[in-house]
Amino acid sequence: MNFKLKDIVPQLITVLAVVLVFSFFTYNAQINMENRGIDFGYGFLSQESSFDVQFSLIEYDGSHSYFRAYLVGLLNTILVSVIGIIIATILGVIVGIARLSPNYLINKFAAFYVEFFRNIPLLLQIFFWYFAALRALPLPQDAEAMFGVFFLTIKGLYVPAFIWQNFNIFFYSITAAIISIIVIRAHAKRVQENQGKQIPVFLISIGLIFIFPLLSFLIGGVKLSFEVPVLKQLATTSFIYEGGVSLPPELIALTLSLSLYTATFIAECVRAGIQGVGKGQKEAAASIGLTPNQVLKLVIMPQALRIIIPPTTNQYLNLTKNSSLAAAIAYPDLVLVFAGTALMQTGKAIEIVSITMFTYLTLSISISILMNWYNKKIAIQEK
Amino acid sequence: MFKYLKQLTSLVAMVAVLFTFTTESMAAKKSKTLKNTQKKGFVRCGVSQGLPGFSNADAAGNWTGVDVDVCRAVAAAVLGDANKVKFTPLSAKERFTALTSGEIDILSRNTTWTLSRDADIGLTFVGVNFYDGQGFMVRKSSGITSTSQFKNGISACTNIGTTTELNMRDFFNSKGISYEPVAFEKADEVVAAYDAGRCDTYTTDKSGLAAQRTKMKNPDEHIVLPETISKEPLGPVVRQGDAVWEDIVRWSLNTMIEAEEYGITSANADMMKTSDNPAIKRLVGAEGELGAAFGLDNDWSLRIIKQVGNYGESYKRNIADTGILPDRGPNQLWTKGGILYVPPAR
Repeated sequence: MNFKLKDIVPQLITVLAVVLVFSFFTYNAQINMENRGIDFGYGFLSQESSFDVQFSLIEYDGSHSYFRAYLVGLLNTILVSVIGIIIATILGVIVGIARLSPNYLINKFAAFYVEFFRNIPLLLQIFFWYFAALRALPLPQDAEAMFGVFFLTIKGLYVPAFIWQNFNIFFYSITAAIISIIVIRAHAKRVQENQGKQIPVFLISIGLIFIFPLLSFLIGGVKLSFEVPVLKQLATTSFIYEGGVSLPPELIALTLSLSLYTATFIAECVRAGIQGVGKGQKEAAASIGLTPNQVLKLVIMPQALRIIIPPTTNQYLNLTKNSSLAAAIAYPDLVLVFAGTALMQTGKAIEIVSITMFTYLTLSISISILMNWYNKKIAIQEK
Repeated sequence: MFKYLKQLTSLVAMVAVLFTFTTESMAAKKSKTLKNTQKKGFVRCGVSQGLPGFSNADAAGNWTGVDVDVCRAVAAAVLGDANKVKFTPLSAKERFTALTSGEIDILSRNTTWTLSRDADIGLTFVGVNFYDGQGFMVRKSSGITSTSQFKNGISACTNIGTTTELNMRDFFNSKGISYEPVAFEKADEVVAAYDAGRCDTYTTDKSGLAAQRTKMKNPDEHIVLPETISKEPLGPVVRQGDAVWEDIVRWSLNTMIEAEEYGITSANADMMKTSDNPAIKRLVGAEGELGAAFGLDNDWSLRIIKQVGNYGESYKRNIADTGILPDRGPNQLWTKGGILYVPPAR
């Protein structure tokens, strides 16, 4: 009896305390809102938003609902986070390995990059890229074409749009290439386990990913043409580019600053991971005749990844949450569109802030779950 | 068991603390904003983050502007000293939450009076201290002299969380022009982006355009287009549910406007006590018991006029003499061709 009580009482007290604190805050909010004549409810989500957003991945204008505006903001947040995470990871791995390079120049350059970018507040870096770097860009009419078709201007980056014919065939060819690569890899693994023979999977994969789409062009009837942006005059000194795809400078500045900043932390995770693998492992691997490349790929990296993944997950979460600084430079993310404009127009502070918080929570937890799954997958399989 | 006793005691203590909070907030609710203000010794006033002519802080942290003067008038009436104001700079996004949550007691921040704001979100607008309308600013070199020259693809910089965003959509939609809205959280960033060439036009209230133009690298390179696309009556706002406080703020503003109508200035207010006109005598506290209705003494309006001045003085000091909008336009007294008309103080 005593034993059970000892187990249960602290749990009960904790639950009770949590419930009490929550009900106190809810009660307090209710009383105060009633007192000030503020209604509570999520009905506004279906009302017409009547404001426009600069940049949206789905069709949207002011005649859509507030809920649609929420989706626009959410997708923009996801877009900048995903691009940011990809660039930060690639850059972080390169810099992390470069920091361990025996080459003095590469080593010191990587160290300088890490120390410089991680020690300046992120908001300042965003302002720098947006206001300082952007200001230096030419006006549309002064922009020099890069490769004849790209135009980097103060109003954004204009790139040619792809115009596909029979795009589905091209898509199937890519899918076919990926499936055959997976099959070949599995086959190569079996061959190596059974016969000890190595098949150059990497070279074959690269070949396949080129050959299949190429075939789709030659015999599948796929055609690709480009719509190149063309300068259009709006007024005497005011121009834009029409046609093609335009990437707003806000998106570019935000992605750039988020990835450059987060890459420094990932680089440090990578460096720590590699250094965390015992020196003996490397020497032992070399002594059985593996090439330096194989040592890194087969012995060091699989062990290093276990050290790298958990702290890198944190960096991914940070990047996603930091993307909310977008509001400072007019990139229409969730905070700017929903917790900004929509909140102002409706006055539903508690509702909108709670939805926004819940959304970030869901995003972060999804990333965590994904990374934990990957971490488990590469963990040592005890036999 | 003793160990858990300790945990229990701390829990009881926590609950007790929670309850004291609850009872305290219940008691505070019953008391009026006025009582709180007098107890604190200063008026809590929400202003902009820097809009010349309306609410702007100098290097020493002294706030000036016509919006600031409304709060100073209330401080003069309620506390006897126009300087007893604590200013809280707020972004467009933060302003209403700051007021409804009780962080400030007056919001005097170039805020447009609209039906949904007045009715929906627990606010009450007490009057209009500036009649404004939304306009567009463009670079002179663009050759644009009217909004009819706007073409598809034009990019417009503005602030988020304002009526501006909604008016802009209405305007471009009705003209059938596609546009790129670039909306920032702070006015300073809007100006910086427009100035850098990110946008073809900058749109906000015309008074705001005139004021922000003074902040640009080269103000002469920009012009404000003649068209006005909306009505923007700007005025002070208070929380719903405190009728006395609402009246005090409303009549502090009205006093400034009516004082101008009767020619009472900060310089001649004391002499006006011996005027023959009873309306003037009432305004300077020499006749009637007007302050009693608010729980104030009879000199409340005299203090406003002496310490802050009448509306005309405030306008001249903050908006005309600073070169922002020398012409008063609709913000002239009704007796002089404008639309400033306030109910009589009697």
